[in-house]
Amino acid sequence: MHMADALLSPAVGTTMWAVTAATTAYCSTKVRKSLDDRKIPLMAVLAAFVFAAQMINFTIPATGSSGHIGGGLLLAILLGPHAAFLAIASVLSVQALFFADGGLLALGCNIFNLGVFPCFIAYPLIYKKIIGSDPTSGRLLTASLIAAVIGLQLGALGVVTETTLSGISALPFSSFVLLMQPIHLAIGIVEGVVTAGVISFIWQTRPEILTRAAADQPLGMVPIKPILIGLIMATVLTGGVLSWYASEHPDGLEWSMFKVSGHEELQAPSAGVHSSLEGVQAKTAFLPDYGFKETPGNDSGRLGTSVAGLVGGMLVMLLGAGIGLVLKKRNAPILSNP
Amino acid sequence: MSAKIDRVLYEIGHMDSLAEADTPLHRLDPRANLLTTAVFIVCVVSFGRYEIARLLPFFLYPAVLIGLGDLPLGFLLRKLLIVSPFVIFIGIFNPWLDRTVLLQLGALDISGGWLSFISLLLRFSLTVGAALVLIASTGFTTICMGLEKLGAPRIFAVQLLLLYRYLFILLDQATRMIRAHALRSFTRRGRITLRVFLQMLGNLLLRTIDRAQRIHMAMLSRGFTGEIRIVRQFRFGPKEFFFMFGFSGLFILLRLTDAVSLLGHLALGGIR
Repeated sequence: MHMADALLSPAVGTTMWAVTAATTAYCSTKVRKSLDDRKIPLMAVLAAFVFAAQMINFTIPATGSSGHIGGGLLLAILLGPHAAFLAIASVLSVQALFFADGGLLALGCNIFNLGVFPCFIAYPLIYKKIIGSDPTSGRLLTASLIAAVIGLQLGALGVVTETTLSGISALPFSSFVLLMQPIHLAIGIVEGVVTAGVISFIWQTRPEILTRAAADQPLGMVPIKPILIGLIMATVLTGGVLSWYASEHPDGLEWSMFKVSGHEELQAPSAGVHSSLEGVQAKTAFLPDYGFKETPGNDSGRLGTSVAGLVGGMLVMLLGAGIGLVLKKRNAPILSNP
Repeated sequence: MSAKIDRVLYEIGHMDSLAEADTPLHRLDPRANLLTTAVFIVCVVSFGRYEIARLLPFFLYPAVLIGLGDLPLGFLLRKLLIVSPFVIFIGIFNPWLDRTVLLQLGALDISGGWLSFISLLLRFSLTVGAALVLIASTGFTTICMGLEKLGAPRIFAVQLLLLYRYLFILLDQATRMIRAHALRSFTRRGRITLRVFLQMLGNLLLRTIDRAQRIHMAMLSRGFTGEIRIVRQFRFGPKEFFFMFGFSGLFILLRLTDAVSLLGHLALGGIR
């Protein structure tokens, strides 16, 4: 469910980057100030663990398919939300760079979808509330299951929302939701069962690890305010930029839907913030302007010239391939003989 | 399954060995590469959903970089193909849903859906290609240090560096576990049941936590005070300046003007 650059518009991509960068900075200061420098190697090695654990697949009974762990919720339980967010962000960065899972612009969306929801919503608001102060195995399973399912449902909804807002895919919001949510319900159940299983294994063998992990993050320290601000900021920015974009898109049901929801929820409480944030967005995001002023979807004038455009484009591409080849030939002898 | 983990180890290692080459591209300051790639990606995705022709000149950049950095085209293309299913899966709906005819090539009517699908594939190849070229020509460690220099929180940069350092060890450990299980599982041919899977994962996790404690002690005994220091020497010289502003300027120019049509008209005019 990794988002891809190709499905994103610059407005959505850069907004999510900004939100993710802000969350990363916030979590970094939190971890640095927690005065627990044990966490620095622990975070990194657990992130590497999740990476390795994702390579181990097990057979799902009666289906013939196989599953593996995602690891977001597990990291949140073991590290607490802030350190876990940084760990998840680092795993996704490595995946984006080495395996091109998603892409660099989409990295903001991916970290948000897979990091913010498990760390700041599923773990503190669901898992912790259900598990309470004295965990039993039944409660552990319920808590992990519900938290994992909700975390992944929100993540999948994030993918759908970001894709629809970007407007590159023609899939309407509703059918995309119907496509994504059931798949992620199954993934969420697997994730919940596996997380509960691993945690109860640790509970049986080395319970002190979990009590220590829980003690590092006392209850009540759960930061809801910054997250809410982040979420509102993301929605206001995308909503603000996109409602203006939507007016140039007369045909899409989804556009008007977002226009409506964007206004209903957000315009009222933060009208002042909205305009100033939009100013910031206009200053920081220098390129979205170009993308929006001309939406080739509805001007047929430009498409009339597109045969010439195709010819020209191919010429330039051939030129590029030629240059690449020449450069490669020129470099080769230097390299083979270092 | 163990083939999958072997492939991952091989690919990370191979990308890293590519980054160790010494070409004009590899010698650039990582900040120049990072920022140029960012401008490139934003320019590419900012085109409208039906744009095809004006995306084509952007292939110039990966082509030049592959040439300059002497990177293996086939390997990068294979990686591109491996990650393509999600984009194709989402994009293949476009031709079904969007059937308005937008382009006529002779007798052939091409619907908006096909145009946007092709455009999507072009965007995908360009953005993912640029990211792969970035890592293959710069290397992960250098990119992390460049990110830190560009203002990313230091603790995050260190997290990335440490993750990368221990990734190989843990992947190796997981490989050994899978292999050991496969060798003892007889008729099940290496298929792992949920119960065994949880025990494997739990054991790997315990070992990982112990390892983290040892690493922490090793850090403490070498004078770790909670403050993290990164040694790096980068210089943003005239070469970097030329590379970054030259390419970024070209991208923005290609984005703002329709140079492609102009060239096409010239070429078609020449034939006539």
